[in-house]
Amino acid sequence: MQRIMFAALLGISGAALAEGGMLQKECSSCHNITGPVAQTLKEAFAKQGPDLSYAGNKYREEWIVSWLQKPVRIRPAGMYYGDHIKPGPKGDEIDPSTLKDHVALSKADATKVAHELMELKPHDDLIAKEKIEPGTISKQMGEMAFDKFLGCMACHLIEPEYGGLSGPELYTAAKRLQPEYIASFIRSPQAWEPKSWMPNKHVSDVNIQKMVNYLEVLSKETANAK
Amino acid sequence: MLNRFLLVLLLAVISAQAQAKETATDNYKAYCMQCHGMAGNGKGVNIRDMSVMPRDHTDAKAMSGRSDETLFKVIKEGGPSIEKSVLMPPWDGVFSDEEIKDLVQHLRMLCKCKFGT
Repeated sequence: MQRIMFAALLGISGAALAEGGMLQKECSSCHNITGPVAQTLKEAFAKQGPDLSYAGNKYREEWIVSWLQKPVRIRPAGMYYGDHIKPGPKGDEIDPSTLKDHVALSKADATKVAHELMELKPHDDLIAKEKIEPGTISKQMGEMAFDKFLGCMACHLIEPEYGGLSGPELYTAAKRLQPEYIASFIRSPQAWEPKSWMPNKHVSDVNIQKMVNYLEVLSKETANAK
Repeated sequence: MLNRFLLVLLLAVISAQAQAKETATDNYKAYCMQCHGMAGNGKGVNIRDMSVMPRDHTDAKAMSGRSDETLFKVIKEGGPSIEKSVLMPPWDGVFSDEEIKDLVQHLRMLCKCKFGT
């Protein structure tokens, strides 16, 4: 991260950085680009950014292009929440002074990086196992399943001011992520990241489809626009 | 044949290393602390909007009311397995049985208590 920020501060041309692969040269100081993903907690605790070695299976390319130009925080408490919390009067709270912002790229660089990322697809096998049925769900029904039956709100925000903080916000998930990836990750987070903080809740096929549909509904709410 | 045997042996060693046991302290820091808190007092960073508060692991009175078997079960199978909240997930996909046993002992250290005392 420091290397990226240093480069940005010096005003080094992003186009120059992109020569020969911007991912390897710059992004890899904070992100794992090549795999394998973290196999131990020691490795997981040390992560400075999301693992990108399977980015092509995970993200929507258009979202990467857009986000890299105007990066905003997705994980309220950072990658490993334990490094970014402190005791407060009502309980543990986020310590914003410990969180670092992601560097912003030009449109040309963002487009190049997104293109490189989308080529990283080591898990086509997991994606191929998921079949997303077209469907919808009312916000109320989705929220009931999410909060009351599955308990996902413990760790995830479903709107900017509601939910848990240790996981990534989910009201933007469908804009960021491919639906098959969402389904596969809910089915088995550990198939993607053996040391993911997210448990396998043994969610049924029906409920996985519901959650994919619900996240789609959430991402279309203007109140959640980001 | 010997080469094949050695290859299988090597893969077994690599696999065992990949699934090496984590310490209870690290597992607690990684998975439990987000809800049960840095101090284990049930006041983790996630609790703001919860309808049911996480167990205070330093509460000797409450924790001594749970047997080691019950603690093992709720960690492995989640809150509903002992008629508690769905907000406590099952961790069987993350922890081995041995790691859960270590976590039960870690909880006993936090509460400074034993079952029935």
